[in-house]
Amino acid sequence: MSASKPSSPVLPVAEAADIDAAVRLPVLVLLAFAILWLLTASALGLVAAIKLTRPDFLASCEWLTFGRVYPAALNALAYGWGVSAGLAVALWLMARLSRAVLPGGGLLVVAAVCWNVGVKLGILGILAGWSNSVPWLEMPRQVMPFLLVAYVCMAAWVVGALRAGSSPRLYVSQWWVLAALFWLPWLLTAAGAMLFFAPVRGTVQSVVAAWYAHGLLALWFAPLGLGLVYYLLPKLLGKPIRAYYLAPFGFWFYALFSAWAGAARLADGPVPAWTQAAGAIASFMLLLPVAVIAVNLFGSFLGGGLAALGRGVVLRFAAVAALFFVLSTLLYVAMALPGVAAITRLTWFAAASDYAVIYGVFSFAVFGAVYYLAPRLVGREWPFASLIRAHFWLALAGLVLAGVSLSLGGLQQGRELTNAKIPFADVTQHTLPYLQAATLAGALLLLGHLAFAVNFVKLVLCPRHRAASAAAPVPASLLAAPELELEVHAS
Amino acid sequence: MNRATLIFLGAFLVLTLSWGGLLLSNEQGYGALTPYFDDNESKAYPALVPGLAARGALVYADLGCAYCHTQQVRGGELSADLARHWGDRVSYGRDYIRNPRVLLGDLRVGQDLRNFGARAPAAATLYLHLYDPAAVVPGSTMPPHPFLFEQHAISGQPSPLALKVGGVAPGTELVPTERAEALVAYLLSLKDGYDFPEESRKNTPPPPPKEKAGGKKEIAAPAAAPKPEATKK
Ligand code: HEC
Repeated sequence: MSASKPSSPVLPVAEAADIDAAVRLPVLVLLAFAILWLLTASALGLVAAIKLTRPDFLASCEWLTFGRVYPAALNALAYGWGVSAGLAVALWLMARLSRAVLPGGGLLVVAAVCWNVGVKLGILGILAGWSNSVPWLEMPRQVMPFLLVAYVCMAAWVVGALRAGSSPRLYVSQWWVLAALFWLPWLLTAAGAMLFFAPVRGTVQSVVAAWYAHGLLALWFAPLGLGLVYYLLPKLLGKPIRAYYLAPFGFWFYALFSAWAGAARLADGPVPAWTQAAGAIASFMLLLPVAVIAVNLFGSFLGGGLAALGRGVVLRFAAVAALFFVLSTLLYVAMALPGVAAITRLTWFAAASDYAVIYGVFSFAVFGAVYYLAPRLVGREWPFASLIRAHFWLALAGLVLAGVSLSLGGLQQGRELTNAKIPFADVTQHTLPYLQAATLAGALLLLGHLAFAVNFVKLVLCPRHRAASAAAPVPASLLAAPELELEVHAS
Repeated sequence: MNRATLIFLGAFLVLTLSWGGLLLSNEQGYGALTPYFDDNESKAYPALVPGLAARGALVYADLGCAYCHTQQVRGGELSADLARHWGDRVSYGRDYIRNPRVLLGDLRVGQDLRNFGARAPAAATLYLHLYDPAAVVPGSTMPPHPFLFEQHAISGQPSPLALKVGGVAPGTELVPTERAEALVAYLLSLKDGYDFPEESRKNTPPPPPKEKAGGKKEIAAPAAAPKPEATKK
């Protein structure tokens, strides 16, 4: 990926506008679905969190019993928000970086609608009692083939952007996005087949489930988040990625080890010892790629970059995502150590590291990307700057509060569970304050998402706003969007 | 071959490798575990799950009990699972081979239930616990499951399963639904009482001679053995 052709480092404005116009409709439709799902997921998640400390809350409603509303919230977050938003930003990013003017966005919109109908059926299925109870794979198996087809249609479009594009080179963001797009259907097909269509026997099912769960987090959510961060950081800092030549190592080693690391979730469980060991070793090896990626991402902040954090909210979202990528991976590494695993597995600590990937890495990167790309797509500025700031601070506060309370609570829970002198009822009682703090965090997140949604709706729909901007020319600063050939500046 | 194709192939290879290495190989090894036939007891273990309990397992899955309860007794130096009497021994892979859906669970908000059947209270208490956990365990944070019960007019004999709770209109009774009965049958069926010789030898580091021998044989049952699946390996 060396910089061989430094010609035309800047994407001409007219070309950028054409590229954006071609993906405008599908990206906005996907984002609209995604934001609806984000609100749904945060509301369901809040209900689940309240139930953990106040079991009488909505207790007589079977559809909302904890064992259903909790997986429904996580599925809405992962497949409703995650996949729709991930594909939306991936599409835009690929079109831009590949310099492709994509035809036929209408078909993509159809596929997006199908995907969202599928997710909706799946989540209603969970609430109505058809849940499989396998983490991240709860949706009834009947909707899975349907979802898979819709997904492949959407992802093919994004990959098509790469083929249709005129850019001769691949930037590292494209590696991450391309691979993630491909890994998800692979994971889903293999796990779905081995769990539901031709079920394997005994605890091999648990190995499949752990492989899938970790794959979903580490090979779909984290890579998409990273792809965006690799794009946004150099762009907003006006500086190239530090030690760019290392980026491919980060990519390949991360993929290689993450694919095996899922087995560490089964530490001390009824699966073969070598499987647990393979997972632990792979998790431990993640130190290598995470160090490389940290140098890439944080290196750009050296020399004045930190000051830039005060200026732009997009940069702040991206920086938090980078930070949480490193943090969450380090948590996975720590949990692979035998002494730590015995305490943290099967507690809230383990759950917290998974939420950190979906929310801290992926969602923060997507928030940043949406704040960056949506004004360029619709050709006007965000209506409420104050809501953007509110969203950032509420999301950050929610993320940190949930992360800290669940990981501290989980540590305490794990330490007490491994001490048989402490009665079980006391262990439960002692985690309650932490769960209450996490509930508060859930409320903050919901508020933040409302701010995001209001801003998005007003940006896209508000007629008065449109009239005003039709009169005034589109701000040049938005359209110009110089597409630096990012890696050319690596010298 | 252009770079995108290369990445595509590499990505495919990386995931396929882990799929083969983790899933396929386990499917070949652990997936081929068979029930163990005990000559002395003339029975194969783990025992078949009876029909009602098997239906209860589906209720357990659809209500998502597994988000708060694990079903795996863990070993290891630090683990207190055995000291908490969640089982007489750690769980083995072989324990699960008759379970159509294995739900080990990721989180212990509530206790491990793998051997709940061995320590379960009377059925009446268990029903009441499902109906209103706090009525049985003060301060319990387990969610109530009132929708597993229905109110009937008493016709003839009152049901022996009727819950003894207040707030039930006179002349009516609160009885478990069929799903509740299946779920309770499932919970009571949860026990891994049998210690497989092969696993127990592996799991007890200093094997005291002749201690676990009992009458359990390692070799497959003799030709007269009744059950076909009784063969080992
Ligand atoms: C929100 C988490 C949660 C969910 C969901 C949940 N439980 Fe519980 N469960 C608990 C907690 C906490 C306890 C310990 C307090 C108590 O005994 O009430 C418990 C205790 C139990 C016990 C007593 C265990 C023992 O060793 O004494 C049984 C049996 C049980 N649950 C069964 C179930 C079943 C069946 C379901 C699904 C229908 C279920 N639980 C769903 C949290 C949960």
